[in-house]
Amino acid sequence: MKSLLATLALTTALTLPGLAMARPVTLTTTLNNYGGDGAYLALYVTDPSGAYVGSLWMAGGKSKYYEHLTDWYAATGGDPAQINGITGASVGAGRTLEITLDLADALFDAGYTLHIDAAVEDMRDSPNEIAVPLTSAGAGSPVQGRRYIASFVYK
Amino acid sequence: MIRTLHRWPGLVALVLVTVLALSGVALSVFPAADRLSAPQAVAGQNVADLAARVAATHPGLEEIRRSPSGRITAWWFDGGTPGSALIDPATGADVGSADPNPVERWLTNLHRSLFLDDAGRLVMAAAAAAMLVLALSGAALVARRTGGWRRWFARLRGPLAGRLHTEIARVAVAGLALSAATALWMTASTFDLLPDASLRPADPAAVSGQTGFPLDRMAALRDVPVSALRKLSFPYAGDARDVFTLYTDTGTGLIDQGTGEMLSWADPTPWQRVSETIYMLHTGQGAAALGLILGLVALAVPVMGATGALVWLAGRRGRPRLRDNAPAGRAQTVILVGSEGGSTWGFAATLARALRQAGQSVHLAAMSAFDPVRHPRAERFLILAATWGEGDAPASAKGFLDRLARMTEAPKAPLAVLGFGDRSFPAFCGFAAEVEAAARAKGWETLVPMDSVDRQSPQDFARWGRALGQALGLALELDHQPVRPAADSLTLVSRRDHGAEVQAPTAILRFALPKAGLRARLTGRGFARFQAGDLLGILPEGSTLPRFYSLASGSRDGFVEIVVRKHPGGLCSGQLLALEPGDRVQAFLRRNPDFHAGRGRAPLILIGAGTGIGPLAGFIRANARRRPVHLFFGMRHADSDFLYRDDLAGWKADGRLTELTTAVSRGARPHYVQDALRAEAAQVAEAVRRGARVMVCGGREMAQGVSRALEDILAPVGLTPAMLKAGGRYAEDVY
Repeated sequence: MKSLLATLALTTALTLPGLAMARPVTLTTTLNNYGGDGAYLALYVTDPSGAYVGSLWMAGGKSKYYEHLTDWYAATGGDPAQINGITGASVGAGRTLEITLDLADALFDAGYTLHIDAAVEDMRDSPNEIAVPLTSAGAGSPVQGRRYIASFVYK
Repeated sequence: MIRTLHRWPGLVALVLVTVLALSGVALSVFPAADRLSAPQAVAGQNVADLAARVAATHPGLEEIRRSPSGRITAWWFDGGTPGSALIDPATGADVGSADPNPVERWLTNLHRSLFLDDAGRLVMAAAAAAMLVLALSGAALVARRTGGWRRWFARLRGPLAGRLHTEIARVAVAGLALSAATALWMTASTFDLLPDASLRPADPAAVSGQTGFPLDRMAALRDVPVSALRKLSFPYAGDARDVFTLYTDTGTGLIDQGTGEMLSWADPTPWQRVSETIYMLHTGQGAAALGLILGLVALAVPVMGATGALVWLAGRRGRPRLRDNAPAGRAQTVILVGSEGGSTWGFAATLARALRQAGQSVHLAAMSAFDPVRHPRAERFLILAATWGEGDAPASAKGFLDRLARMTEAPKAPLAVLGFGDRSFPAFCGFAAEVEAAARAKGWETLVPMDSVDRQSPQDFARWGRALGQALGLALELDHQPVRPAADSLTLVSRRDHGAEVQAPTAILRFALPKAGLRARLTGRGFARFQAGDLLGILPEGSTLPRFYSLASGSRDGFVEIVVRKHPGGLCSGQLLALEPGDRVQAFLRRNPDFHAGRGRAPLILIGAGTGIGPLAGFIRANARRRPVHLFFGMRHADSDFLYRDDLAGWKADGRLTELTTAVSRGARPHYVQDALRAEAAQVAEAVRRGARVMVCGGREMAQGVSRALEDILAPVGLTPAMLKAGGRYAEDVY
C-alpha cells in the first residue's frame, strides 16, 4: 500500500478566541479498496452541541462536487473561505492521506468531535464516514469508517 | 487556408484523437448493455411503492438510485456495515452487485483524462477541440471537393485513400462534430467554467419532528413515477430533524419523514438542463441507441486518420523539397508552378537555384496558391506551366485563372510565362498561352515574352533563361538535368505479335510483376497496387525522358501488360518491340485515376481503336462482377491486328463482356469505330440515358471522331459529351 503523504504544518488551523496553546497533531486516513475513483474527503470539527466549528482539510479540488460531502456542505453552504489554503488532491482507493497540523489544546477533552465526510464518483455519498471525539486518551487508537475509510487515527 | 486548418490538427492530434475515438467506441456499448441487463421496470410504479419494497428487505436503507438506463441500486448501513446491491423494482430484492464495472471505469478514465487527472483532461479536451476543427474544416473541404453543400453525396473520383477519406467523412462528420462539441462542453462544466451547478432546495422553516411515517403512504413520493426518479436519500436513523431528499428529472425536493409532505422544492436551472442533455448526448446514458451510433461513427476516426496521413504523404511526394525557399512576404522573385506529373517542379527548382546564386530571394509555390497580397516585396512573377489534356490546367494550377479573373487589377510586378509541353500535340502549351492571354488582358506588365519548352528540352530552357537574365541584368545560365524517375526493372514474360501484314507491327507485351516490399504494399506505392488504365512509364535506353503506355492489366492479374505499336523512328517503341522474353526494361508506375473503370454497377461503353484496346481489355478482364460492358473496337484488318481476339471470345463466353462490335478500316468498305457507334446509335443513346459510362482510348483523331459521333447520337436524348464529362461519365485516354 503506497502512502500518499501530504504533510504540512499549519500554525493554527483552528483559532479559537483566547486559546493560544496548540500542539502538532498528525491525522492519518487510510482508505480501503472500495473499487472506485479517488475519494473526496472533508475533515472538520463540531462543538459539543454539534455545531460546525471549522475545517481541517479538504481532499478534492473541484468545488462542484462538494455538495456530495453532504454534512460538511450543509454546515458550510460550500463556502470556499472555509477551506482556503487547506485543499489537496482526492485520495485514491487503498491510499493513505497524512496531514500534520497544529490543533488548539482547548479542543481536546472538551466535547469536540472530528468528522470526515467522504464521496466517490458513481458510488454512494458517505457523510459522517468518521466521527471521533477529540480526547487525549483517544489519540493513537485507530477507528474504522463506514464505507471507504479502513482506518483513521490522530496523534 | 481551410486545407492547412485541416491538415495540421489532424497530423498532430492523430494519436490522441485515435485513443479518444477508440475508447469512446468501447464505452458506447455500456449504456446499451446496461439497458438490456437492467431488471424489468414495473409499469406505472411510483417511488413510494419502490421505496417501501426496498426498505422492507433492507434495514438501515440510506439511498435508492436509478440510473438513466433504468438500473436501480440501493445503499444501506446495517449493524455497523455498509451494503449495496442492484435491485429488482418489482420485489425490492437484491439481484446483483452495485459496484461500478472496473473495465468501464478504466476506459472512462482513459477517455477523459489519460489517467492523468486534470492535466490529462486538458490534453483530451485539446484533442476534442482538434477533432471539432477537423470536422468543421473537413466538411468545408468535402463541400469544395463535391462542388457545393447541395452536392454533398456526389460521386467521387481520384486515388483510393483520398476517396475513402471523403466517403467516410461525409457520413461520419456530423456525429464526430457532435461528440467533440459535447466533450468540450462537459470539460468546461467539469472545470466550473459554466454556471450549471444544481440548486439545493431551501432549508425548511420547520419539520414535524415525527418519524416513522409509512413510506408507501407518503404523498410526495406517490406523485413521482419511478421512471422520473434519480435518487432518494433517507434521513439518518434516529435524527428526527433530518429529511428525505428526492432528486428527479424535474427537480430536487425535501420531504418530511413524519408527514410525507414536500417541505421545499428547487427546479433545475436552464443551464443545468442544457448540461444534462449534453451529458446524455455524449455518453448515451439515457439514449443508448444514439450512444451506439456515435460509437460506430467514432470507429471512422482511425480509418480517416490513416487515409488522411496517406493523402498528406502522397501530396508531399508530388513536389520536390524546396530548400532555402524564401518566405512569401520577403521574396523578390516569385516562381509559380503549374505541374501535373512533377517534372515542371524540377525545372522551377533549377531556375530558383540559379536566381538565388545571382543573389535574389526566391519564393517557389504552386500556381493554385497564387495570391499577390502575400508577396508585398515581389519585383517579378515567373510562371512555369505545363498543360493537361487539351489545354486544361494541370493539377497544381487548378483555380489560377479564376483567381486572376476575380482580381480588380493585375499585380504591379511584371510577369514572364514559360510553357512546357510536347509539340506533337495540337494543344501545345495551351494552358500557358491561356494564362499569358488572361494576364495581358488584365494589363499585367510583360517582363519577357512568353516562350515554350518542348519535351523537357534543356536547350529551350537555357535559351529562355538567357532572355530572362538579360531582362534582369543578370548572367543567368540554366543547366537543367531532368531527374530520371526511380524505376524498377521489368522482365518480359511473353509477347504476342500482330499487324505485320498491315505495316503496323504491334505487340501485346507481358512483364512479370516485380516484387513489392512491405513498405510499398502498405502505402500502395509503385507496383504494389495498380489497375488497368494507370500508366506505365518506360525509360528507353539513351534517354532520361519517359514514354507512357496505358496499362492493360491490374496488380491483381499478377502481371504488367501493355500494347505497343512500332512508330517509324520511335526510340522507345523500337526498343520495346525488339524485346524477347527474359529481356528487361526500366519502368515505373504513374497513377491515372481519371481513367479507371470504377466500381459502380452502371454499364460501360468502351470505345477504342488499335493499341487503345489495351486498358479496355484490362477493364473487361477485371470485370468479375459481370457489369454490362459493350466494347466498340476498331482495327485495320481482322486477320492481322484483331488484338485480344481469343481473350475477347472467352470473356464474352463467361459474361465479363456483354457485347462486342468491331469496325475494320482496310478493305472494300472502310468502316471506323465511330461508324460502328452510329450504326448502333439508338442502343448507345438508350444506355447512356440509363446511366452508362463512356470510356474512349486511342489516337487523337479517333477520339475526336467518336466525340462528334456521340454528339449526334446523344442529341435526341438531350445530352452532350461535355455534359457527360462534367458528370464524370465520359473519360478519354488519348495519345
